[in-house]
Amino acid sequence: MKSILEIRGLKASVEDMPILRGIDLTVNAGEVHAIMGPNGSGKSTLASVLAGNEDYEVDGGTVEYLGKDLLEMDVDERAREGVFLAFQYPIELPGVSTMNFLKQAVNSVREHRGQKPLGAAELLRLAKEKAALIELDTRLKQRSVNQGFSGGEKKRNEIFQLAMLEPTLAILDETDSGLDIDALRSVANGVNLLRTQERGFLIITHYQRLLNYIVPDFVHVIAGGRIVRSGDKELALELEKRGYDWVQEELAA
Amino acid sequence: MNTDTQYLHEVAESDYEHGWSTDIVSDTIPKGLNEDVIRLISSKKNDPDWMLENRLRAFRHWEKLAADTDKYPRWAHLQYPEINFDEISYYSAPGSKPRYESLDEVDPELIKTFEALGIPLEEQKVLAGVAVDAVIDSVSVATTFKEELAKLGIIFCSFTEAIENHGDLVRKHMGSVVPHTDNFYAALNAAVFSDGSFCYIPPGVRCPMELSTYFRINQAGTGQFERTLIVAEEGSYVSYLEGCTAPRRDEHQLHAAVVEIIAHKDAEVKYSTIQNWYPGDNEGKGGVFNFVTKRGICEGTGSKISWTQLETGSAITWKYPSVILKGDHSIGEFYSVAFTKGRQQADTGTKMLHIGRNTSSSIISKGISAGRSNNSYRGLVRINKGAENARNFTQCDSMLLGDRCGAHTFPYLEIQNPTAQVEHEATTSKVGEDQMFYCQQRGISEQDAIKLLVSGFCQEILAKLPMEFAVEARKLLAIELEGSVG
Repeated sequence: MKSILEIRGLKASVEDMPILRGIDLTVNAGEVHAIMGPNGSGKSTLASVLAGNEDYEVDGGTVEYLGKDLLEMDVDERAREGVFLAFQYPIELPGVSTMNFLKQAVNSVREHRGQKPLGAAELLRLAKEKAALIELDTRLKQRSVNQGFSGGEKKRNEIFQLAMLEPTLAILDETDSGLDIDALRSVANGVNLLRTQERGFLIITHYQRLLNYIVPDFVHVIAGGRIVRSGDKELALELEKRGYDWVQEELAA
Repeated sequence: MNTDTQYLHEVAESDYEHGWSTDIVSDTIPKGLNEDVIRLISSKKNDPDWMLENRLRAFRHWEKLAADTDKYPRWAHLQYPEINFDEISYYSAPGSKPRYESLDEVDPELIKTFEALGIPLEEQKVLAGVAVDAVIDSVSVATTFKEELAKLGIIFCSFTEAIENHGDLVRKHMGSVVPHTDNFYAALNAAVFSDGSFCYIPPGVRCPMELSTYFRINQAGTGQFERTLIVAEEGSYVSYLEGCTAPRRDEHQLHAAVVEIIAHKDAEVKYSTIQNWYPGDNEGKGGVFNFVTKRGICEGTGSKISWTQLETGSAITWKYPSVILKGDHSIGEFYSVAFTKGRQQADTGTKMLHIGRNTSSSIISKGISAGRSNNSYRGLVRINKGAENARNFTQCDSMLLGDRCGAHTFPYLEIQNPTAQVEHEATTSKVGEDQMFYCQQRGISEQDAIKLLVSGFCQEILAKLPMEFAVEARKLLAIELEGSVG
């Protein structure tokens, strides 16, 4: 099985406060990994560090992505290499048209892959097809990026971009937070349609709810900056039943 | 700060693309200003007597102002060395022959200049459908499309030709909106102006094409003083475009233009500018001092004047395109994007003077500062006593690229009528690191991300430019943001 991501002993801090204290994780092609854990455990930090957010300092460890040193790459380089982060809080870009933004993003990635850039018509066709996957209101594409979008619309827009950019590694940072049940279902449905043999997913979530719709191959629990437990989807159900206290108590014991 | 800083540094220090000069033989008069110089300019222009009288009157007024350096206008938020008006040549014409009957007579070097500027006259004649009047240094070189326009009764020609062939029209309107007594630079311009453009739209005529003028200062040590006069008769419409560049020179060059617009009943004039004069180097050496007086009067009921500008050039920009809303129900608009970098300084804005009833004005100003530049918005909204139900909306947004630049806002409101409704909004923002991260996480490079965010910031103004001008404006902004790394 082809490995996409190899994280070894990853340590990271924000403003001199250690958050990740040694993460080990391997994601192979075609796998969906769920990362769960209580608030402040380091779940979102892991996502940010993988995407290259400079607010976080890497203090140790290695991250190999498709055999390359991920931590050496710039943010945009990681993205062009196929690392996609669906933001927990998608950013608004006033005055920047969604289609123009997509065009630049898609074509930078395509260029990097040695593919021909898409023209306006091809891009529109592709956008229409992908928007249908996650039931995105196509009128949103007329607006500035994320501007005036509801919370749910922003999250759908993230998955829509995921579909457009066709990454190798997709990281979803609490995509389910703030979603009502219908939005949750269509976002999950979109993700399921995007599951392929080549693509790996890292799904960060606080609640088990999302995993009813996106069934993971592996579930990991982060607490205190380490993965303290790994298992299959049953682990998520157990967590739902017994709460995060149970993991922490077990750790302390 | 992170890697943004490095790129912003490069942005702030990127190069001027129009900094070449053309080797053409030119007829330039000696430096300095006195009555003899005024008479010399006047005779070179073959002025009628009344024009010489006008010039001399303006010159005497200016002399009085200039005699007392305390009276130089210093209220703007600008710092620059005292201009030595004796070190400037006030007239320079390409070649010895002051005017050209056709393009064939024009120095091929000059044609190359225009081609390098992206305005091949010949091609534009045929393809673009834009009538172009090009003013290089002080003289109008060629005006395309004149004949087609003439069929509709539209006059679009150089100011010199206008004085010669339409003397009465020019005499009637020139100085009626910006009198020579208006300010220091308006007085100087009225005394020494050498050419410019004149445009007359007869009653009920909708000008079928964009009228366009390109200005360029080529000769070293010269000033450029052009005048534009636009008269729109009842029920007419015209969209007018103005673009400017200058070669890179170590000394400062002075540009002091005057633009006057008169809109009669139900007439509409849309005036768009892309100003890209040489801004000087990053240490503030060289660059154009741009002191411009632009004003329109909505003379008739229901008339409308709209100014849209993209200001990216000049070392110093001092410019307040204004509208006098005299006619009832008249409308004044000012939409501006001012981008400064290096050591550039811009103090720009507008005046909306509400006199008639039910008049309304809109002001949207976007300032972007990079490098060590300073960018100020200065605006006056005055509602006179008799201006019942006047409305104004003002929005000033500033964006800072980096932490060594400045953005300032100086709004003035004078309201003498209680029925007025005036709104003012102002914001200042930095290009957010979170926005940059979001763009880059989608594979967009740092440079492209800044371009995307800045053009998003200016979007609502750029959208108001005529189509072909908007494309040019976007390109120019992109070039300005490009950085020396390319």
